[in-house]
Amino acid sequence: MKIVVLLKPVPDTYGQRVLDLETGLADRAASETVIDEIGERALEAALQHAEQAGDAEVVVLSMAPAESQSALRKGLAMGAASAVHVADERLAGADYVRTAEVLAAALRKTGFDLVITGDASTDGTGGVMAAMLAEMLDAPGITRLESLEITADAVRGTRATDGGTMVVQAALPAVVSVTEALPDPRFPALRGIMNAKKKPVEQLTLDDLPLDEVGAALDETAAPRSIMTSVAERPPRSAGTIITDEGDAGERIAAFLAERRLA
Amino acid sequence: MNPILVLLPAAPAGGLIAGAAEAIGAAASIGTPIAVVTGPADALPGLAEQAASFGAARVHTAVVEGAELGAPAADAFEAAARLVQPELVLVPATVEGREAAGRLAARLRAPIAADIVGVARDEQGVVVRHSVYGGAYDVESAATYGPLIATMRLGSIDDRAEAAAPDVQPLEVTASGWRAATIESFEPIAQVSTRPDLRTAKRIVSGGRGLGSKEQFALIEQLADTLGAAVGASRAAVDAGYVEPSAQVGQTGTSVSPDLYLAVGISGAIQHRAGMQTAKTIVAIDRDASAPIFEIADLGVVGDLFTIVPQLTAALEARKG
Ligand SMILES: Cc1cc2nc3c(=O)[nH]c(=O)nc-3n(C[C@H](O)[C@H](O)[C@H](O)COP(=O)(O)OP(=O)(O)OC[C@H]3O[C@@H](n4cnc5c(N)ncnc54)[C@H](O)[C@@H]3O)c2cc1C
Repeated sequence: MKIVVLLKPVPDTYGQRVLDLETGLADRAASETVIDEIGERALEAALQHAEQAGDAEVVVLSMAPAESQSALRKGLAMGAASAVHVADERLAGADYVRTAEVLAAALRKTGFDLVITGDASTDGTGGVMAAMLAEMLDAPGITRLESLEITADAVRGTRATDGGTMVVQAALPAVVSVTEALPDPRFPALRGIMNAKKKPVEQLTLDDLPLDEVGAALDETAAPRSIMTSVAERPPRSAGTIITDEGDAGERIAAFLAERRLA
Repeated sequence: MNPILVLLPAAPAGGLIAGAAEAIGAAASIGTPIAVVTGPADALPGLAEQAASFGAARVHTAVVEGAELGAPAADAFEAAARLVQPELVLVPATVEGREAAGRLAARLRAPIAADIVGVARDEQGVVVRHSVYGGAYDVESAATYGPLIATMRLGSIDDRAEAAAPDVQPLEVTASGWRAATIESFEPIAQVSTRPDLRTAKRIVSGGRGLGSKEQFALIEQLADTLGAAVGASRAAVDAGYVEPSAQVGQTGTSVSPDLYLAVGISGAIQHRAGMQTAKTIVAIDRDASAPIFEIADLGVVGDLFTIVPQLTAALEARKG
């Protein structure tokens, strides 16, 4: 069985994330690039299954600028067998549809029984990619799994949805996304980091992808479907009054709230 | 007449998905709201009527029995989009709403604007507003070719439309027969019905790791109920099992902008602040004077939450009389 995990390099949420005020795109130089944590959780789930089942191969896939490759290496250090990296200058500023087309075409090329992604990235926060990929690949899709169980021909789990949870199952090949309720990802061990250097990373450009198989055209890259029309930075918030409790802090907060008509 | 299509899948627990009134209200502010509602046959007339009562000028309906995930509802949304030819498709950014938006965008190969917080119209057409990187940036975007499919952050839009006379039109849908996942069962979360929804609440009381246990987290619930507030939490509180995951505020939880955000025993990690720093008034209680939450609090109180919170709850009760 081949499990492909999608990893997205994103600006580290622990740092100051900066938007370029001219282009509206992430200023990648301003902050460190890391694999989005939710992707690491997806990978952890895949690796745990592979360790138990024995017959599963785990591949990590990213569409990201060439310089993001070190982030992909972390996936290999955690235990993935190989990586596929789609990097192409024509993809700078790619929108959701373009990104989904490229990932879907790369998945067609790589082949898969199961695709696991995070439910939403910390930079885009869209939460739509798994559903788009399911459509483009004509595969059953399950978003927001809080637990997952993989068998030889199916995937099953609990899905966190609006107002409750549902138990859902799909025949493979399938596309699923996972939430933060899944276990924390492992830290790569030193041996894993050393081994990662020897593992294969397949480099692909748009020209290598069977875009026609997912209904996409190659020459379309020139025309973005949507554009930023303005970008403005908000002034940072400043601190107000800080008091230390002298036995009456509860009363003082109540008075503050009453004064502002918040209670 | 600038048709704006609003996608409203039925919520798994019944009723329309949350945010329906808001999405129709936003649509009405820039065009004519036309809703497409999917759900089980027996519930559909009620759902359609509800959409009309929120101001949808026309409601298209399609039966989706709900044993299969995603694709059958997407067949209906695609049929509606092809029929209505909207300039903009608006979808409340709930779980089922995002699913619908993603699937429709893939079918139409149309642009997505995710998690928008506002809509407007200028000479060239529809413009949508986003709040990026936890409210650090305000960004506007527009489609170069449409329709633009926008998921709308709940609680971000105050516009509401006037109720319309129901004009309900069943859709003709050709089933794509695409492979779909099967739903085996659904378990609703037990909700305290009198408590407001975190995503749209005007007041929120949030608790963090400082609460120490699920039992002690009840202090947050009592204070919230006294204030008529929703209950929120940090990720550490969710991870520790004090409260359900849907209460998480922050980068990977819900983004909120209430009138009042009261943070208790929450240090204010950057990922937590990303989801609440646009609140109008922030009050924080933490025993560590160097906790970063104090950098953004309008009123910060350094002290022990276990003495301050009960006193605050009692004082608020006393003021209510
Ligand atoms: C990719 C990513 C996404 C994340 N997303 C989120 C998110 O969406 N939301 C989120 O909240 N976090 C998120 N985090 C986690 C975040 O980094 C912090 O770990 C988390 O917010 C900490 O929660 P906390 O403030 O409750 O815990 P802590 O940081 O441990 O703070 C607890 C506070 O309680 C105080 N305290 C303890 N006892 C008392 C007492 N008796 N009286 C008063 N004060 C007391 C302490 O002084 C301390 O300041 C994310 C992290 C990553 C990497």
